[in-house]
Amino acid sequence: MEGERLASPARSSGLPAGGAGGESPGVDAPLLGSSGSSTLLQAEVLDLDEDEDDLEVFSKDASLMDMNSFSPMMPTSPLSMINQIKFEDEPDLKDLFITVDEPESHVTTIETFITYRIITKTSRGEFDSSEFEVRRRYQDFLWLKGKLEEAHPTLIIPPLPEKFIVKGMVERFNDDFIETRRKALHKFLNRIADHPTLTFNEDFKVFLTAQAWELSSHKKQGPGLLSRMGQTVRAVALSMRGVKSRPEEFMEMNNFIEVFSQKINLIDKISQRIYKEEREYSDEMKEYGPIHILWSASEEDLVDTLKGIASCIDKCSKATEKRMSGLSEALLPVVHEYVLYSEMLMGVMKRRDQIQAELDSKVEALTYKKADTDLLTEEIGKLEDKVECANNALKADWERWRHNMQNDIKSAFTDMAEENIQYYEQCLATWESFLASQTDLHLEETSEDKLKNLLEDRLCLMGDKG
Amino acid sequence: MDPDFVERRRIGLENFLLRVASHPILCRDKIFYLFLTQEGNWKETVNETGFQLKADSRLKALNATFRVKNPDKRFTELKHYSDELQSVISHLLRVRARVADRLYGVYKVHGNYGRVFSEWSAIEKEMGDGLQSAGHHMDVYASSIDDILEDEEHYADQLKEYLFYAEALRAVCRKHELMQYDLEMAAQDLASKKQQCEELATGTVRTFSLKGMTTKLFGQETPEQREARIKVLEEQINEGEQQLKSKNLEGREFVKNAWADIERFKEQKNHDLKEALISYAVMQISMCKKGIQVWTNAKECFSKM
Repeated sequence: MEGERLASPARSSGLPAGGAGGESPGVDAPLLGSSGSSTLLQAEVLDLDEDEDDLEVFSKDASLMDMNSFSPMMPTSPLSMINQIKFEDEPDLKDLFITVDEPESHVTTIETFITYRIITKTSRGEFDSSEFEVRRRYQDFLWLKGKLEEAHPTLIIPPLPEKFIVKGMVERFNDDFIETRRKALHKFLNRIADHPTLTFNEDFKVFLTAQAWELSSHKKQGPGLLSRMGQTVRAVALSMRGVKSRPEEFMEMNNFIEVFSQKINLIDKISQRIYKEEREYSDEMKEYGPIHILWSASEEDLVDTLKGIASCIDKCSKATEKRMSGLSEALLPVVHEYVLYSEMLMGVMKRRDQIQAELDSKVEALTYKKADTDLLTEEIGKLEDKVECANNALKADWERWRHNMQNDIKSAFTDMAEENIQYYEQCLATWESFLASQTDLHLEETSEDKLKNLLEDRLCLMGDKG
Repeated sequence: MDPDFVERRRIGLENFLLRVASHPILCRDKIFYLFLTQEGNWKETVNETGFQLKADSRLKALNATFRVKNPDKRFTELKHYSDELQSVISHLLRVRARVADRLYGVYKVHGNYGRVFSEWSAIEKEMGDGLQSAGHHMDVYASSIDDILEDEEHYADQLKEYLFYAEALRAVCRKHELMQYDLEMAAQDLASKKQQCEELATGTVRTFSLKGMTTKLFGQETPEQREARIKVLEEQINEGEQQLKSKNLEGREFVKNAWADIERFKEQKNHDLKEALISYAVMQISMCKKGIQVWTNAKECFSKM
């Protein structure tokens, strides 16, 4: 089941229902109340409220915005960012549909690997065609993720399923593993497609549309290995210095991420454990039922009752399996994705800190150096813009992520509760119908009362004799 | 001592006394009456009956191996039935215990959600309340299994009683076998004595006997000696015939009473087991209803997040 929601971040859903953009069916009940982000952006929202014409312009025509030239180096005005987000929230206007299916095994002399079929359907002008079909392997997905992180260091890039699974794995390519991975890759691409910024990324487009050889040659472009290594070394050096003055909101964000990561990991473990326990319970039930049938072979008068119980146990065992599959469809993948998201978030925080550290180090250099001040000042100016940009991008994406997470978690757990309700209702119906078939509606005293009365009678008798 | 165990034992002991009291014959037993009424000295009264010796010899006899030539078909069938009953009930109880363990596991793991949701709710503004209250319901769910399994233990005890009844059935069959064997041995002994007597009287030796051998080797016995021997044998034969008669009577009486009680037992067993199985269904229904309630509450909390 796709848990995908094109949810609006808390801020924009504070718009009154009567407003032009507010009638969209995709928006959840207005969540009024601040999500702790900058008040500046909130003020912008309120301004929009009063001017409905602005909303109409931005709700439909994408061509007015120059998405393709969007670059993190350019300062993004908060206004246009909100409008981007608003645009993406109309589910009727979703214009990029992606499916991942048909895993296929490829064997070469060097290695064996799996490719997945990616089908893309779109009405966007910048795509050469309206339908594409390509085959990609996990490595290609890794490349895409790397490119997205490079282009948008402080955006929350969706997580990829793990490379390997450490415990409980015998073969790398067993069916369950492949299916779980396929679903996660499907989610990954759709998350990107739904992201207001990432959806227009050029490498994303190439990934979805290019033939195998085209992709290979495209991959070879871009910064070489050495320059990437150089970047990493610099980044590590900067992070060693530590972040001196992380703004308050990012301290809060970091705190949230740490606690969230801890809790979601625990929930992941708990959920996996529940699945395991339910499987073992179901297995035992499978042995439990038939014993009653065996017994009925030597009890003429209890055949119906025993067979009835065996049948009930059987049905309940099947209901348990259904509950388990519901768990593995709805809850486990969602929780696990957010485990990976929490790792991703820590990476985003680090990258933001690094960008700030770059600025901080230049500022420090300026205070100590007397020469080259003009050059340094110019560099600092650029870096200040860079930091502001990065911070704003992260803040906006953070709100969006929080909101999505809330919906996804809520949806996943509500589904789990529903599965359990249905499970118990099924079992209840089974046992109740068995009971109805068994009980004669006799209103005799219970056998215990009978025995107690008998005992009293006998004692009296014996007392008289003694 | 675990209070749950003590309670289960109390119920079992009470049940035992009620069983004896409701038995048409056992309820008249003097020792039973004294057990219920005599405050002190009950043990002495019991010892005075000399039951220990009887019990020991009975135990020895029951465990001895022997073969009966003409087994009673009904008792053979009953023995098979009691073997099957014991085997199937003990299997069922074993698997039931495993199922209960697994169920316990499922319920208790959910309790962990409660703790983690509560900790998570601390950092969430909008989701916080929903998480917290859902977590509470997870705790309720996790702790509900304790009562559920406690009830199931009572059900298991009901089945266990019939597990032990199977042993009692087997003991009856065994006693019958003993009697039958005794009877066959007595009849065999009588027949051989009669034959010896006949041979002595007619002078023909058909059966091998030491006396016969020694007679051949060391010379015939005197007619007086032979007469004396015949007389002894005839007395023994008489005695033997009396004994056989009474043993036969005893045997028939035993079979009659045994089958009357076995019929009574069958009815009781069918009634009790049916009741127990139905009560099992009632327990499952109660467990399902509780589950529906808890998860409905939890779902409401989740949907408010």
